Amino acid sequence: MEIRETAADRNLLLEFLGDLDHHGARDALHQAERAIDAALPKRLVLDFSGVTFMDSSGIALILRTQQRMQLLDGSLMVRGVPPQARRVLDAAGISRLVTIK
Amino acid sequence: MKRKFINEAVIEFLSCSSNESFARSAAACFAAQMDPTLNEVEDIKTSVSEAVTNAIVHAYPESLGKVSLRMRIYPDSVLEVMVKDRGRGIQDVQQARQPMFTTGGEERSGMGFTIMESFMDRLSVRSTPGKGTTVVMRKRIAPRVKK
Ligand SMILES: Nc1ncnc2c1ncn2[C@@H]1O[C@H](COP(=O)(O)OP(=O)(O)O)[C@@H](O)[C@H]1O
Ligand SMILES: [Mg+2]
Repeated sequence: MEIRETAADRNLLLEFLGDLDHHGARDALHQAERAIDAALPKRLVLDFSGVTFMDSSGIALILRTQQRMQLLDGSLMVRGVPPQARRVLDAAGISRLVTIK
Repeated sequence: MKRKFINEAVIEFLSCSSNESFARSAAACFAAQMDPTLNEVEDIKTSVSEAVTNAIVHAYPESLGKVSLRMRIYPDSVLEVMVKDRGRGIQDVQQARQPMFTTGGEERSGMGFTIMESFMDRLSVRSTPGKGTTVVMRKRIAPRVKK
């Protein structure tokens, strides 16, 4: 799992590439948290277009980053979710809790 | 009456997190002979990933242990997947299966069993504290009309 970070004007974009399973999500979560703490963004976008597989470990990552953004009084959006990951989010009812585009 | 399976494969591996992708790919390869749709393959991979991750994360939290993955095909296109560990076991299976229930801390969501239930047709979980856990999932792969 690789994460690309782009920060500008208190907007933070995190692009995820690879398998977002427990193996990949562990480091991804910590990297995402470090990036948020460094950029203190108002708007955070998680781009999942490069996610090749996702299980419930990805749900934990989304919920944790959302909590962090709530503490910062900022917003979170998840975009580019591939069909397999989308069905995981839907099965868990996450689509109702998080903005997904 | 117990029905006879028509094919079987068994794999045993150590509870390293790098084996999560190995296990779900192996299950997808085995299921390929049933001519599943892309969605069905994804359902199988996701469910196997959840069950195997649980064995890796929860069954053996401080050590490496053995995980076994058994796949069977039954008549009428039914795939059965069993994931078994000899780890620490679950005190209360009914509680563990509730959505959002987790003992795993911030890296977990508590949605693993919920996803296995929704992506497979049947899920059974048997566990003995201190002895281990066995998860059995079944899914019927609808036969497609051959051209
Ligand atoms: N193989 C296992 N061995 C021991 N405990 C398990 C096992 N599988 C599941 N559990 C328990 O059931 C809980 C719920 O599992 P699950 O729904 O997959 O959510 P999560 O893995 O995110 O915690 C786990 O937190 C753990 O306490
Ligand atoms: Mg789990």
